[in-house]
Amino acid sequence: MSDATHAAPRPKRRTTSAYPSWFYLPAAIIYAVLFLFPTVASLFFSLTRWTLFDATFIGFDNFVQFFREPFLVKGLVNTLIYAVLTSGLKVVLGFLLGVLLTSRIIARGYLRSVLFFPVLVSTVGVGITFTVMMHPTTGVINETLGLFGIKGPGWLTDPNLALFSVALVDVWKGVGLATVIYIAGIVSIPQEYYEASLIDGASAWDNFWNITLPLAKPATVTVIILSLIGGLRSFDLIWAMTKGGPGFTSDVIASVIYKQYQAGFYGLSTAGNVVLFVMVAIIIIPLSGFLNRQGDGQ
Amino acid sequence: MNYLRRNWIGILAILVSTIVFLVPFAFIVLTALKDKRQSSLREFSLPNGFHLWDNLVEVIQTRNYMVLTAFVNSAILTVASVTLLVIFAAMVGFVLQRKPSAWTGLVNFLVLAGLIIPPAVVPTIWVLQGLGLFKTLHGLIFIEVAYGLSFCVLLFKAFVATIPRELDEATIIDGASPLRLFFEIVLPLLRPVVITVILVQSVAIFNDFTNPLYYLPGTKNVTVQLTLYNFQSQYNTSYNLLFTNILLITIPPLIVFLFFNRQIVAGMTAGAVKG
Repeated sequence: MSDATHAAPRPKRRTTSAYPSWFYLPAAIIYAVLFLFPTVASLFFSLTRWTLFDATFIGFDNFVQFFREPFLVKGLVNTLIYAVLTSGLKVVLGFLLGVLLTSRIIARGYLRSVLFFPVLVSTVGVGITFTVMMHPTTGVINETLGLFGIKGPGWLTDPNLALFSVALVDVWKGVGLATVIYIAGIVSIPQEYYEASLIDGASAWDNFWNITLPLAKPATVTVIILSLIGGLRSFDLIWAMTKGGPGFTSDVIASVIYKQYQAGFYGLSTAGNVVLFVMVAIIIIPLSGFLNRQGDGQ
Repeated sequence: MNYLRRNWIGILAILVSTIVFLVPFAFIVLTALKDKRQSSLREFSLPNGFHLWDNLVEVIQTRNYMVLTAFVNSAILTVASVTLLVIFAAMVGFVLQRKPSAWTGLVNFLVLAGLIIPPAVVPTIWVLQGLGLFKTLHGLIFIEVAYGLSFCVLLFKAFVATIPRELDEATIIDGASPLRLFFEIVLPLLRPVVITVILVQSVAIFNDFTNPLYYLPGTKNVTVQLTLYNFQSQYNTSYNLLFTNILLITIPPLIVFLFFNRQIVAGMTAGAVKG
């Protein structure tokens, strides 16, 4: 409908004034002042030693520090590990659960609800709950493992494990969203494909690989992009569970930004922001371009 | 037996999901029911009495009724920012979809930038201080609007496309102003997407922890997520109170979940099919 009218020549000047450009204004002012301007300003302040009142230009010192100090480099590496791990797990688990929950199994509604509810719950609340449950000696998880004679690890106290434990909780909280995105994607696959493959005598396994997986690709792209952006920025869960500890073994860029801000190193903190921005941009932009282009080719 | 064999995947899924997803919530509820001594054991066990009411009273009275203040603050924050978001984002989405102009490309670019770019924290604090908005609730309201705009504009823009253009033209020919056209004709027709935006953004803003932490520090203007964070150290040994607080702040999302599950899922999966 609207396409047809769109193609028609526009009748009069008066009609176009139904859409005044000043409708952009309220949103534009808030966005420009509180988002765009600080983002642009961050490029400058990241090159300074900054007290909020005066800024001394020091060139790229902050960035040099970011790539030299072991605990800052650790933050960079951890951010990548965390983002890739959480989004990878969300894609795989979300897809499998999506297939499961669109198949004919009992209690589908219950399963969807149970899976989705954590998405809506406070991240800090979830973080604190799991921190208590992951206590190395008296936590619920390790006591349960103990019943089976397994000595559970120090989930959040072992420096090699803390980041992964937090990532698991992140997946626990976020997999419901990935699953409902996949459900929406899988449901929109035309039934004819499955009917045709049934006639061809294809197995369920063939359907899974050759129909569901490729045709659910838009959902896969959405899940990957959303969870990568979320994972790279992730702060509240890590802060609620480990505060970057033990030591700085589970620090990510976002927690480094907060720590440097608390310590009063505003220039360094802002440099962290710029590093995060660049990191998100060089990962997300080419990736989404690549994923979407591939989709068009099919 | 036959039933079991036919439905074993479903039964297995129910078992696993119950353990993995319901046990943590059960743990919250059980611990909130316990007294201080029993809760300090951190066990997954039945409480030896019903102490929820005592815990509730104590949590509410802590630090001069801080939780109540926080609930009021979070309510104001959520309602105000979501209202502004709906109106401002709908206005942008409407014009952006209807009138291609020199601005369209730039606006589309800025919308995507808003989705991707992580906010620059300290410079934002600096700007807020310059405007006298730092550590104020209305300052945080504007922040939430600024950060939420992109997502909402995308939703509105997609939905405006489904409203026939003839309607606008007819209304304008009848002599209505663009403002009346928007508020009396278009906005009511956007109802489904307005509901989606309200739900998704309410949950996000109510649960927001990072932005209040940065832009609204101090105990005077605390929001609910920060009470939890503040009490974490204070309740170091009183797990019953800590978990009563968690239970309290889980209630609003639970209500949304119970009544609007379908709409919120629709909002969060919008765009998944198109990619």
